[in-house]
Amino acid sequence: MLKQIEGSRAVAEAVALCRPEVICAYPISPQTHIVEGLGEMVKSRELARCEFINVESEFAAMSVAIGASAAGARAYTATASQGLLYMAEAVFNASGLGLPIVMTVANRAIGAPINIWNDHTDALSQRDCGWIQLFAENNQEALDLHIQAFRLGEELSLPVMVCMDGFILTHAYERVDVPTQAQVDAYLPPFEPRQVLDPAEPVSIGAMVGPEAFMEVRYLAHAKQMRALELIPGWADEFRAAFGRESGGLLHRYRTEDADTVVVALGSVLGTLKDTVDELRRDGVKIGVLGITCFRPWPLAAVRSALERAERVVVIEKSLAVGLGGIVSSNVGTSFGGSPGAVHAVIAGLGGRAITRASLSRMLADAVHGRLEPLTFLDLDRALVERALAREREQRRSGPIAESILRDLGVVASRPV
Amino acid sequence: MAFQPVKFYQTGTFTVGNRLLALEERSVQANMRRTNSLNSGHRACQGCGEALGARYAIDAAMEATGRRLIAANATGCLEVFSTPYPETSWQIPWIHSLFGNTAAVATGIAAAMRVKGKSDVRVIAQGGDGGTTDIGFGCLSGMFERNDDVLYICYDNEAYMNTGVQRSSATPPAARTATTTAVGEEPGNVFGQGKNLPAIAIAHDIPYVATATVAELRDLEAKVRRAMQIRGARYLHLFVPCPLGWGHASEDTIRIARLAKETGLFPVIEAVDGEVAAVSKIRRKLPVEEYLRPQKRFAHLFGSAPRSDVIARIQAIADRNIRRYGLVDA
Repeated sequence: MLKQIEGSRAVAEAVALCRPEVICAYPISPQTHIVEGLGEMVKSRELARCEFINVESEFAAMSVAIGASAAGARAYTATASQGLLYMAEAVFNASGLGLPIVMTVANRAIGAPINIWNDHTDALSQRDCGWIQLFAENNQEALDLHIQAFRLGEELSLPVMVCMDGFILTHAYERVDVPTQAQVDAYLPPFEPRQVLDPAEPVSIGAMVGPEAFMEVRYLAHAKQMRALELIPGWADEFRAAFGRESGGLLHRYRTEDADTVVVALGSVLGTLKDTVDELRRDGVKIGVLGITCFRPWPLAAVRSALERAERVVVIEKSLAVGLGGIVSSNVGTSFGGSPGAVHAVIAGLGGRAITRASLSRMLADAVHGRLEPLTFLDLDRALVERALAREREQRRSGPIAESILRDLGVVASRPV
Repeated sequence: MAFQPVKFYQTGTFTVGNRLLALEERSVQANMRRTNSLNSGHRACQGCGEALGARYAIDAAMEATGRRLIAANATGCLEVFSTPYPETSWQIPWIHSLFGNTAAVATGIAAAMRVKGKSDVRVIAQGGDGGTTDIGFGCLSGMFERNDDVLYICYDNEAYMNTGVQRSSATPPAARTATTTAVGEEPGNVFGQGKNLPAIAIAHDIPYVATATVAELRDLEAKVRRAMQIRGARYLHLFVPCPLGWGHASEDTIRIARLAKETGLFPVIEAVDGEVAAVSKIRRKLPVEEYLRPQKRFAHLFGSAPRSDVIARIQAIADRNIRRYGLVDA
């Protein structure tokens, strides 16, 4: 059924259609509307046979989900940013225990300075936590990925993180096609856990494992993710057959067939990128876009084949590996047969800075003409940075950096009255 | 030879294993059909109060619930000595997740049972004092506040024993631990404000809070049984001496636990719906010195220059407990 609704609402409706049994909620922007929606559905009995638990922290949210999942219930939660970091210990624990919890991460920057706007630092900080990480390009895909996530996670006994750009997607009203309960029921079988806390058949879950077996346990976690790489494309096909649209899969290719330059990105920026690439194509530039839907496991072979013809690769990164540069580009590098110097990291949109078509156009023109550095910060105000550095050279007690930069910028509140 | 009547010394007492008691009054442990929930063969130290307490508490809970029980366990001694794979002493469904999240994991299990229509399956969360009063405090308070249907048992041995006897917020003043060494002008742990977790639990107005020691195992069993008859958040704070960390003889575990109660340092109480409902009276009040002296963690108080000032401050704590809870009949 077509609806014009907020991204968060779309996700809430998708999760409800998956018949979750335990939902834990803790407020953090920008995921809050999702659990608000689910809370209302549970309270009004629109979503029956579901426990909605308001917990006292994200750490508790993930922990309640762990307990519920280990006891055989389909468990869901959502978080973002600081919340994801606060639950990090439990995030690793959930995957270590092999519990197929599904969690939405409404991607947001990590402080300090505190910042509620979108980038990918939160999810990418957890890239090695053992969860499957899927990134939605738009609200329809965010909705669809949740339905696929429960299926994927439960089949493999692995938790799945569905990442969607905070505000840009979570708060955007778009047309989405919400499937029927019958469609979802046909696609998603009931949860049959591999291990469960059951008085009829007592097991000990989560006990200590020493050096004699730990490597093998970790290897199996890796092997399961490798198995996910094999299964995901088939399930995306099945999804298309059942729901009549393209969603999920490992990656999306756009005009890459004959492209010398391929731009790689995750999430909602792909929309802007495609428009930019269309423009450049009109000028005769052979350029295409590769959207990574599945970031963990890393689709090494699929990316390699998508980049086979490319002479250069430009990776748009909504996160920064401080002291290195790009996270996604480091991953792309493992899948690019060409010269390592031909992979460019472009750090963009940190803390919600708009990634405009104009800036992308300029940067991509530079790339095509061989003028792009290996590491670029899109729309970085160099003058501001220089002033901050000068201040630090000049005085020991140079004060809070962020405040000084805002004063330099001359934002309204910092002007003398 | 004059006639001498047979005297049954145990008549009227509740000694564990007392075969003169009526069947229904006997300890769960005296029953051949006890569940041995924490089975033999685990790796606890000799004289471990926690192993003893856990065995009695969980077997009692198993009996009270018709063996429909799931336990979540915090990281710590109990978790480590009872399990490393492939061995496990647990005869009940059992999960260890993390150090600080046990109450929340238990909440999740209870929610799963409710949603699956299996509310007859009851949930226990258990951990040491570190996992309860320090790192797990947030999750515990959240579980209390929501009144989730979980019995949380804290096995209090007054320090982080599993990591090598470091101070926790349950460590008593002046006690020597690895991070409050017996050196300097004020050796041992500081005199802080303390962190009275049973009182904090009572302040949450949850349906049932109790304290107990391994010196009175019948009392412990009765409290577990009572707790399992109640729905909602329940808290049991169990005093479990640690021969290794406290530096007392392993055969003295019960004696030390009894002394903690009889000096007033560990009040044994029950509270219902936020109000103290019963206290276990001190039979023969003893000075705190009797409790402190057999433990090496307090040895620095009894050296060549005894710290009577410090002992007096500890006595004041015991006296305040006695006043506060009316532990001695006037």
